[in-house]
Amino acid sequence: MENGDADGKPKRAAGRLCSICNQKKPALKRPKTLEQICRECFYSVFEEEIHNVIVDNHLFKPGERIAVAASGGKDSTVLAYVLSELNRRHNYGLDLFLLSVDEGITGYRDDSLETVRRNEVQYGLPLKVVSYKDLYGWTMDEIVKTIGLKNNCTFCGVFRRQALDRGAALVRADKLVTGHNADDMAETVLLNILRGDIARLSRCTFITTGEDGPIPRCKPFKYTYEKEIVMYAYFKKLDYFSTECIYSPNAYRGFAREFIKDLERIRPQAILDIIRSGENFRISTSTKMPEQGTCEQCGYISSQKLCKACLLLEGLNRGLPKLGIGRSRGPDRAKKDGKQRTLLSGVKGSDLQSKQCGTLDF
Amino acid sequence: MRLTLEFGGGLELLCNSVKIHHVDVDLKTGEDKLSMRDLLTWIKSNLIKERPEMFVKGDSVRPGILALINDCDWELCGSLDAVVEEKDMVVFISTLHGG
Ligand SMILES: [Zn+2]
Ligand SMILES: [Zn+2]
Ligand SMILES: [Zn+2]
Repeated sequence: MENGDADGKPKRAAGRLCSICNQKKPALKRPKTLEQICRECFYSVFEEEIHNVIVDNHLFKPGERIAVAASGGKDSTVLAYVLSELNRRHNYGLDLFLLSVDEGITGYRDDSLETVRRNEVQYGLPLKVVSYKDLYGWTMDEIVKTIGLKNNCTFCGVFRRQALDRGAALVRADKLVTGHNADDMAETVLLNILRGDIARLSRCTFITTGEDGPIPRCKPFKYTYEKEIVMYAYFKKLDYFSTECIYSPNAYRGFAREFIKDLERIRPQAILDIIRSGENFRISTSTKMPEQGTCEQCGYISSQKLCKACLLLEGLNRGLPKLGIGRSRGPDRAKKDGKQRTLLSGVKGSDLQSKQCGTLDF
Repeated sequence: MRLTLEFGGGLELLCNSVKIHHVDVDLKTGEDKLSMRDLLTWIKSNLIKERPEMFVKGDSVRPGILALINDCDWELCGSLDAVVEEKDMVVFISTLHGG
């Protein structure tokens, strides 16, 4: 089925040809440009645009050890595939490998880690798996057992945010790349506005962050539409896994997501425009910005003496799991509606609604 | 009308975790074609077992769900007005799941 019309049904859109090659039947409408293009032209513009983003932003240097954050989901699967293609095609000279985090949630990672293990073979990229046990000394299941389900999202979000950085440091990567796409980026800009989080707003659209820290992070899919990522995976028959963290309902983010998708349907360009707005925000010099320091314990960026993760860990280790939860801000605030979700309703109600909590906080 | 319907990207969870469905859709009397609009209604009442709001919004699929007819983006063939025919393959993929 690689070649467009193998099923011999040219009846639809038959009059029109691909607006790039003018020869083949178009297979999709690009949200970015509204062009109708065929599969082969889609593959090449999709890949070459990412290549241009990499080159224009000087994302990599030859010889670097690059950890591709791999969750087994669509974005990271396509990212791993495209990066290994481009690395070969354009001689980036990168030492690429897949990095996965095992949170230690019974049953949850089994399928997605299985997917990443298949990707390891399919794309010929070595895989490193680091567990929460390695990183924090606790599995997510053990944490939930200690604190109950009510506050687990605080842990889930905070630990997840740091897990990749800590994991990348543990396996001595030079850089970490993540699959955050244009839709994610637009959603994050919007969320930071909705939360009045000026500090995050000003840096959430950076293509590379943490350059002063131990592991810089970059996002080669910053301008890549989610629709194109999913279409690419579908046409190329890339193997990915789709389910949510069972501990992660996040209503607020869910609404922002829905809003972005509604806008996109009316005017797909809106996504790039929101990113551009984020990029062009200038913060007035009179705005008080939180001071950015590093955690005394682990070196992760933190405005306090201890970062949130270390504070939560201290609480867990001292048998005071509530330590650090009270002052939490951000996504968890949306949960203070008194509705405590049980594990079961979390599974049923949230798995299609929103992305994993914490995965998109920059 | 016999069709092959495929649900991916997590949408299969709404239809008993079955991805591929070979179905036979009854047409309105006197008609030999089916619009995507009609097909969505049929799917909603015949295949979706839970949380239909995850699949449809208004009279269309929920924004963020991609649809392909014979591997062609439905936005190229008229979206809701696109016509499906005997033995067509229609694929729905959610982009809303974690990445
Ligand atoms: Zn073409
Ligand atoms: Zn959570
Ligand atoms: Zn710390």
